[in-house]
Amino acid sequence: MSDHPLLRVNAITKYYGSRVGCTDVSFNLWPGEVLAIVGESGSGKTTLLNAISTNLMPTSGTVEYRMRDGQFRDLYRMGEAERRFLMRTDWGFVHQNPADGLRMTVSAGANVGERLMAIGNRHYGNIRQEATQWLGRVEIDADRIDDQPRDFSGGMRQRLQIARNLVTGPRLVFMDEPTGGLDVSVQARLLDLVRGLVNDLGLSAIVVTHDLAVARLLSHRMMVMKEGRVIEHGLTDRVLDDPREPYTQLLVSSILQV
Amino acid sequence: MNKHSELAVYNFAYLDEQTKRMIRRAILKAIAIPGYQVPFASREMPMPYGWGTGGVQVTASILGPDDTLKVIDQGADDTTNAVSIRAFFQKVAHVAVTTQTAQATIIQTRHRIPEETLQDNQVLVYQVPIPEPLRFLEPRETETRKMHALEEYGLMHVKLYEDIARNGHIATTYAYPVKVEGRYVMDPSPTPKFDNPKMHRSQALQLFGAGREKRIYAIPPYTDVVSLDFEDHPFEVQQFEEPCALCAASGVYLDEVVLDDRGGRMFVCSDTDYCEKRRDNGHVGHLNGETAGAVK
Repeated sequence: MSDHPLLRVNAITKYYGSRVGCTDVSFNLWPGEVLAIVGESGSGKTTLLNAISTNLMPTSGTVEYRMRDGQFRDLYRMGEAERRFLMRTDWGFVHQNPADGLRMTVSAGANVGERLMAIGNRHYGNIRQEATQWLGRVEIDADRIDDQPRDFSGGMRQRLQIARNLVTGPRLVFMDEPTGGLDVSVQARLLDLVRGLVNDLGLSAIVVTHDLAVARLLSHRMMVMKEGRVIEHGLTDRVLDDPREPYTQLLVSSILQV
Repeated sequence: MNKHSELAVYNFAYLDEQTKRMIRRAILKAIAIPGYQVPFASREMPMPYGWGTGGVQVTASILGPDDTLKVIDQGADDTTNAVSIRAFFQKVAHVAVTTQTAQATIIQTRHRIPEETLQDNQVLVYQVPIPEPLRFLEPRETETRKMHALEEYGLMHVKLYEDIARNGHIATTYAYPVKVEGRYVMDPSPTPKFDNPKMHRSQALQLFGAGREKRIYAIPPYTDVVSLDFEDHPFEVQQFEEPCALCAASGVYLDEVVLDDRGGRMFVCSDTDYCEKRRDNGHVGHLNGETAGAVK
């Protein structure tokens, strides 16, 4: 790991009118690190993720990202063109509902190839080859390359969404409930896949989830949120095995044992 | 011409002068930013949307008493749309009209660029149904405008990619997207892609009017217009296997005409003026002079 964080989040606060979305959240994310944000519905996880990933302007606070040249830049002070370019090259965003992150009416190959074309790749053969390779990495058969995602199952769609995001070799991936809505065996395979990819590619990731098992499997570090605040923060194993806050204890003890 | 001096009549070219000024301002802006879609306050015209209300407003705004107008619809001077618009301007502007490409100063067109090379004293006005090339890929207007502003045109290639993935080649044959002067991606209206190369560094000014969508855009003379493609699937125009059945012209855009219900068909020039001129000059195609019944 490098000496500098990849992302510096400083006192992010988001109010919806007088209601609190999240308040005063600060943390650093290091290269290669996976951070899980857990908490119940309405605790501000998604608000925080959107505020960090520039989808939602925070009320106050700053988010700084270390660009490839090593310089930190405040995301909300960048031009829109630069920010959008960053989002489709150096970042990925995996939505809970694959339909939000995919183009449902174009083929799987074009979905994966879109980012390549967006950064100026103009060779059909190369784009297709790259797309085939990525479909293989996310365990989608190569002969499905010309099928549209609406013909895919939920798990396949989610894997396709991941391939689409990773094709430009991003350094940071945001995931919002990546396994939401999938049955347990598909979830397990997807988590396995994501864990493998994160390790192989040395990605940093911020994963929002209400499922502690996801946090346990994927993340190195986790933050527990409640009512817009981070109430506990530490290494995943420490937080899950030795929760300190009463709410975290409640959360951990709420897991059904089979 | 009818007597119009004492009766209450339409203002010259139908639109009032303030409206024409507004449209001219939009046109000037469009010329200043080649390929950029300029919003304008499109008016109701005495014809339905889809019949060229955008083109008619542009023509009305640039038309002067000394102009000679030609109107074509799918290349032809004698189809309903062309005849009505020509009659409209004869009635409301009393301008000279022609069917001959070389004599016209303003040519309003639906779906074709004349075969004869246009000159620098001519203006070509296109009727445009959907000005936004990204529309079918991105339905949000706010988003497409942002994409144009930030030059994010990857999505346009997604469409071409889909074409190749499904058909093995770029199957888009009309409204083929172009990049204007290295900046804006533009929909050349539903002209066949056969005509795209004619837009490149054309001597004539090209204006595009979309009435329902309320947009005007332009290609100034001598502007680079490049059709989008892939390195390994370069842009190509349609090829026709046989020459025009009436005038034997090759290398022009042909229409297929069904002759009977037994498979009889002929291919003829879509540009009627070009075809007639060639026939007047003695060119004879293989079906010229024969009636439909005589073929097979």
